[in-house]
Amino acid sequence: MEAREIYARLERQLAGKVSDFKGEVKEPYLTVAADAIVAACRFLRDDADLRFEVLSDLTALDWPKEEKIQVVYHLFSYSQNHQIVLKVDLPRDNPKVVTVESVWKVANWLEREVYDLFGVIFEGHSDLRRIMLPEDWVGYPLRKDYVEQEEYDGISTQRAPLVEKLLR
Amino acid sequence: MDGTAQAQSGFFTEEMTISVGPQHPSTHGVLRFVVKTDGEVIGEAIPDVGYLHRSIEKIGEKVTWHGYVPYTDRADYLAAMFANQGFCLAAEKLSGIEVTRRGEFCRVIACELNRLASHLISVGTFGQDIGAMTPFVHALRERETINNLMEEICGARLTYNYIRIGGVGYDILPETCARITEFLDHFEPIVDEFNRLLSGNKIFIERLAGVAVITKEDALAYNLVGPNLRGSGIKWDIRRDIPYSIYPELDFEVPIGTAQVGTLGDSYDRYWVRICEMRESVKILRQCLEMMPKGPAIAKVPRKFKPAAGECYARVEAPRGDMGFYVVADGSEYPYRVRIRTGSYTAMSIIDKLSKGLMIADLVALIGSLDVDAPEIDR
Repeated sequence: MEAREIYARLERQLAGKVSDFKGEVKEPYLTVAADAIVAACRFLRDDADLRFEVLSDLTALDWPKEEKIQVVYHLFSYSQNHQIVLKVDLPRDNPKVVTVESVWKVANWLEREVYDLFGVIFEGHSDLRRIMLPEDWVGYPLRKDYVEQEEYDGISTQRAPLVEKLLR
Repeated sequence: MDGTAQAQSGFFTEEMTISVGPQHPSTHGVLRFVVKTDGEVIGEAIPDVGYLHRSIEKIGEKVTWHGYVPYTDRADYLAAMFANQGFCLAAEKLSGIEVTRRGEFCRVIACELNRLASHLISVGTFGQDIGAMTPFVHALRERETINNLMEEICGARLTYNYIRIGGVGYDILPETCARITEFLDHFEPIVDEFNRLLSGNKIFIERLAGVAVITKEDALAYNLVGPNLRGSGIKWDIRRDIPYSIYPELDFEVPIGTAQVGTLGDSYDRYWVRICEMRESVKILRQCLEMMPKGPAIAKVPRKFKPAAGECYARVEAPRGDMGFYVVADGSEYPYRVRIRTGSYTAMSIIDKLSKGLMIADLVALIGSLDVDAPEIDR
């Protein structure tokens, strides 16, 4: 199904909660209000013509200038061979969105990664812990303004440039 | 053991917490499981990953588009070619660069050779995990020849940096093509030998039949990809269903699990899909070597590569399944964001669910049959 039609159906279902459809790009995307994401995902999965069985990817983008963090959902349907991208805009200082774990189990780990690296809180998540980094790591590395801590557990994270050493 | 049986026999077991890994032969790299067991039976096995996190996605924001290709190699050291291709496909999709026709053939040849090498490691180490040492040695011997061929093609044995934006780094010479054909002639009977040695082995079959069954529903809910998905009976291959490169022109089958020794979606089905895929790769390679046209191997791409602001998602069918590159450009020389979505990551997340009620020795079979690769999980 064409992305435009998917958008039209979603809008009929959740009036006022979806907006900003971009169809002229490589992967058409639309924006969903943060409080409607679970309803939108469940509708996209269960509708007989849409049948988005899988969540291919869930990640985030940091936009410091617009003061927002975007959570990006890539949905795919094996049976219909179509895809759609959903985006949720969250305020950068308090990014919170409801987990879609209840729709696709894979969201559990994908959301943990976004929490770990972007600091997005997924409300209702069954196991929201850091996954890549140690529990006591400070900061969220994939944010654009991230500054690495100078040392971790007494080990320096800095290293003198190798080339300068060789020149001397 | 339940209470009454305990009281009668006088024996009892306590729940025990065991740490498997991070340095364990069956974990293929550095990953760890916290296993809670009651005797030999697993209550839960919680994966602990992140030991190999090298922040490859963050590095993508700091280097130029061309400069990022060697970093993608490090995402999955067993199948570096596919990460190269995934990233280049995304960059080409964004900027509208056309790959030369010979370049496409070089890509597919290199990729399918890499798939053979990766599947050999997968089935070889799988045998070893179960306790069969010989097949592992045989598999590595064949892989060594592929590594030699790779070295001839691009000068590297593991981290290739071969596929570049617009084509490939070096053309494949006619001598190399001849040597690849020679290898394929030698390799095809080896698959049969492998089947006699391992796939048909009674002990091997009994260790795997009906163990750690993944249903179709679970495979979709956990978004398993590649051989793990096909092992559960879902016929889905990106090369066939969302075609890229020259795959639509090639003739190959998509093998799926058929429950030939146990239940559909058990460990043996996932293993068997990989064996069948090796034969398909050989078929693809033979066709490519025959059809390969003359011409330049790489298109003219500006040194200062600056795609217009935008985003796209490119998928390739890697040995561990759908490898997705989500790239966002802001019109500068550097990518704004590179996201690598890998098959091993989602495959790891299902282990917690599947391990309940398995025997400890079967956990090893489960990990091996999913073919997870630690650097690809952590990136």
